Amino acid sequence: MSMIVSSIGQGLLWGILGVALFLTFRILNFPDMTVEGTFPLGAAVTTTAITKGVPPILACLLGFVAGAIAGLLTGLLYTKGKIPILLAGILVMTACLSINLRIMGGSNVSLLGKQTIFSAHFLEALPKYFDSVFVGLLTIFIITILLVLFLQTKLGQAFIATGDNPVMARSLGINTDSMTIMGLMLSNGIIGLGGALISQSNGYADVNMGIGIIVIALASIIIGEVVFGELTLNQRLIAVTLGSIIYRFVILLVLQLGFSTNDLNLLSAIILALCLMSPILSKKLKLTKIITQGGFKNAK
Amino acid sequence: MQSKPTLSLKNVVTTVNTGTPSESIILNKLNLDIYPGDFITVLGSNGAGKSTLFNTITGNLQISSGQILLNNIDIAKESVEKRAHYLGRVFQDPKMGTAPRMTVAENLNLALQRGETRGLTPRHLNKHQPLFKKLTGIMSNSLNTKLDVATQNLSGGQRQALSFLMAIIKKPELLLLDEHTAALDPKTSFQLMSETNKVISEQNLTCLMITHHLDDALKYGNRLIVIDKGKVVFDVAGAQKDNLTKEQLLNFFNDLVEV
Repeated sequence: MSMIVSSIGQGLLWGILGVALFLTFRILNFPDMTVEGTFPLGAAVTTTAITKGVPPILACLLGFVAGAIAGLLTGLLYTKGKIPILLAGILVMTACLSINLRIMGGSNVSLLGKQTIFSAHFLEALPKYFDSVFVGLLTIFIITILLVLFLQTKLGQAFIATGDNPVMARSLGINTDSMTIMGLMLSNGIIGLGGALISQSNGYADVNMGIGIIVIALASIIIGEVVFGELTLNQRLIAVTLGSIIYRFVILLVLQLGFSTNDLNLLSAIILALCLMSPILSKKLKLTKIITQGGFKNAK
Repeated sequence: MQSKPTLSLKNVVTTVNTGTPSESIILNKLNLDIYPGDFITVLGSNGAGKSTLFNTITGNLQISSGQILLNNIDIAKESVEKRAHYLGRVFQDPKMGTAPRMTVAENLNLALQRGETRGLTPRHLNKHQPLFKKLTGIMSNSLNTKLDVATQNLSGGQRQALSFLMAIIKKPELLLLDEHTAALDPKTSFQLMSETNKVISEQNLTCLMITHHLDDALKYGNRLIVIDKGKVVFDVAGAQKDNLTKEQLLNFFNDLVEV
């Protein structure tokens, strides 16, 4: 039981990353590698701030700001410097590795004995692992609501149009460069916040904690899409969080089969690859026919 | 013409691939005055500079020299986004003019704010619904029943009709139609062209329309120009245009090729 609660908690916290990546990957239509740098950046800034005595909530906001600044850099390299987005993201991600070491003053920072947002009295009164469920649910609820409201504004619509058809967007007077930079800042800011929360949940920040993040975040998005199918934009945002929880359950299941936690990145990559291939696979293997008609006999 | 031109191109030179071996001058000291209410059909062979002319007016291409005056103000330095304030444009490719994952109503709503600052204010999609219904109703392709459909699920003809409505929903100083019916089947193309003509004359829009159909070029508009080698080489209006025949035009084109 506690394993399941823990998985839900982790799924909710990591779902924040999925929702953030949705803004760039699904709305702006490009993969943003910066997140592998901004996730540990948010963690580094927040944990270091906490050890210096900054209140946890304020420290989380600092993590958001740090992530947004990194996103701004990627955006400027891409829109003004004309560097391809994949490379721009990798450049900022790589730079973040050094920055993170500078901030933390070493390769990791422990939060042992420090006040974090998980130290609040009412959270400690909850049964084990329910604290991350509560914090994760509250955070992702607020973020999702704010994003849904934002996407319904004139600015939000211009942001969606930029990803959908930049040529048209410009011809309607939308500054697509500004929209792209804004999206990258917002997305990486939320990733930084995710790093801030997850490092507090783990009790430490580590310089290598960003490795494989983009695959996990993508997995939540893709699993959500594969499982829930055709949805409206708002529903898709919620599906990302559910996808993230399902992903955690899959990982839990695989670990129960006897794999070690060292295999996690390999497993994440395999799960994501399978999900990405699912349209092809279901066509090739005639999965829909098997499911709807009950076996190969009836398949033509 | 007594009135002042809406748009005036003076000695405009547009060069593409500047600084590369394939550098070439597409518009070569082109001069053109477009007056309020002009509906100009634009003819010219491939590579003559018709699309470059549009991209120069919209700011997608920067000019090397010359002036682009809109109501006597030089807009040559203004960005594409800034110029969107005055210009409505329909592309040839039905995929170019609409946001595929957004609905018909959402696309129209975007176009309604063309050239305006977009802030954190509500988009008022429902408030404008009656306007969208009315506007899409002038098209004969049941677009008005598809306001909540994503445009990627529309036919090419419906998408072009939508693109056209998006270009005129907020009255532009100048409407640019870039062979907007060329990608459609003959029947749909004819329908959209008649509806286009009706809207342009009813709202007295100023319009430049590129076409490859000599018949359309003769049938529609009050003025006809031919572009060749980056210059306006033929320009007739009014009764002179009305009396122009297809044979005369064809002969004119044949002469161009021989030079």
